[in-house]
Amino acid sequence: MVDYETLIDSLPENWQPSASLGILKLRADKLRSTRAFFFDNGCLEVETPCLSNSIAAEQHIEPFKFTFQNEQYYLQTSPELAMKRLLASGSGAIYQLANVFRTAETGCLHNPEFKLLEWYQPDWTYVQLMQQVDEFVRLIIGTEIILQQTEYFSYQYVFQKYVNVDPFADSQARLVKAVHEAGVNLTGIALESRDQWLDLLFSHVIQPRLPKDTPVFIHEFPVSQAALAEIKESDNDKTPNVALRFELIINGIELANGFQELRNAKEQLRRFELVNENRIEQQQSPLDIDLKFIAALKQGLPKCAGVAVGFDRLMMLALNKENIQDVMAFAWQTK
Amino acid sequence: MASYNTNEFRGGLKLLLDGDPCSIIENEFVKPGKGQAFNRVKIRNLKTGRVIERTFKSGESVEAADVMETEMQYLYNDGSAWYFMHPETYEQIGADEAAVVDAVKWLKEQDMCTVTTWNDSPISVTTPNHVTLTVTQTDPGLKGDTASGATKPATLETGAVVRVPLFIDEGDILKIDTRTGEYIGRHKE
Repeated sequence: MVDYETLIDSLPENWQPSASLGILKLRADKLRSTRAFFFDNGCLEVETPCLSNSIAAEQHIEPFKFTFQNEQYYLQTSPELAMKRLLASGSGAIYQLANVFRTAETGCLHNPEFKLLEWYQPDWTYVQLMQQVDEFVRLIIGTEIILQQTEYFSYQYVFQKYVNVDPFADSQARLVKAVHEAGVNLTGIALESRDQWLDLLFSHVIQPRLPKDTPVFIHEFPVSQAALAEIKESDNDKTPNVALRFELIINGIELANGFQELRNAKEQLRRFELVNENRIEQQQSPLDIDLKFIAALKQGLPKCAGVAVGFDRLMMLALNKENIQDVMAFAWQTK
Repeated sequence: MASYNTNEFRGGLKLLLDGDPCSIIENEFVKPGKGQAFNRVKIRNLKTGRVIERTFKSGESVEAADVMETEMQYLYNDGSAWYFMHPETYEQIGADEAAVVDAVKWLKEQDMCTVTTWNDSPISVTTPNHVTLTVTQTDPGLKGDTASGATKPATLETGAVVRVPLFIDEGDILKIDTRTGEYIGRHKE
């Protein structure tokens, strides 16, 4: 029997919203401006399932999963695959405000459930898309930050400029040395892969040193970090092949990730399989590959560029808050 | 051996690093969207008091330090050790000079303080933020001078010397902020 008397006297005190009502009203205004922006640009709002029996396999993104009617289900970590199935069906330009879910991500910039604003522009190059992201982000941030002129830096350039290494050509030992030189004290097990050392340098050293109050687009990533981006083959011996992928960073906050979208079904399948092989090697469970998405690619994805913007982080910048909890009605809380 | 996963990291957690007990001051989760996650932490070495920054690969486990913080009563000093007693179990432990070095000038017999132990031996003693101590020596008080803002040195019963207003006399009981060593006011019984 429930002892209601005791229960009613010991109710949790932290039932109130994590963001103030004032902030939630401003957030609602920004959501309205977002929808108006895409309506004005002829982009169709779509909604795809949060819950599905397959997922985009990523090395460093862990989905929530559970079993239903003897089948494995996932809460989506991104709406990307379903949106590309719409594109392959001839939807034209589409956008979505999607709540997505990733386990083991909590902190000032992370909440296990968060909102991605994702959109796709058929026939666009990712350079055109970067310019639209810049326009959109400036519109939403408004007057909260006086933004300087936007910078477009290659991945190689920022490594050379800020930590004096070539991320494509230098040895792993050189990367490790750069980590020490920057005063980053990595404790415990060493990192296995080159990409992990690059991630460490990028997140701990480069990101904080980028120009302040400036939208900085980082583009042309190593092919090992291509994910769902197309690869540009080099036409000479001096320059490496690069992934046509970009990220947007403002004041140390990673705000967006975009691709010139990969359209080759076989190559995409190969990358997902490779991710799963790496996951098994790292004692992570392999993830169910979305074969309907691969089928859509095989049938033909239009040439397009797409991007995902962390909407909550954009709200942090637009509303001058330092913790993601301050811009969400109810941030993740343990019991 | 007990250990903590990086996803359990939070302020106050006690870890064993390079053989020394440490306490997490701040834990920051750093993760490129598609990249490796890290925990960047600010940690205080509980033996030296030094604050350092460390980065861990997220998901890793780190050995826990068996550190306890206990409210205890200060009893006496026998010249080589300072003795403290648990108010309920009456259990006594002795701390060496290195452990009491920051607290010793505010330690008065019978007062309560926080004793931090690592593997059951004291590594540091912290006095309350505010203590009340009697003045044992100071120049004669200037009666009525409560407004000039001028100060003079006064020696307290523990041997500590603090700056006090001119109207303070020997035998006065003072309230002191142990973090800054500053006079707060006269203690009212």
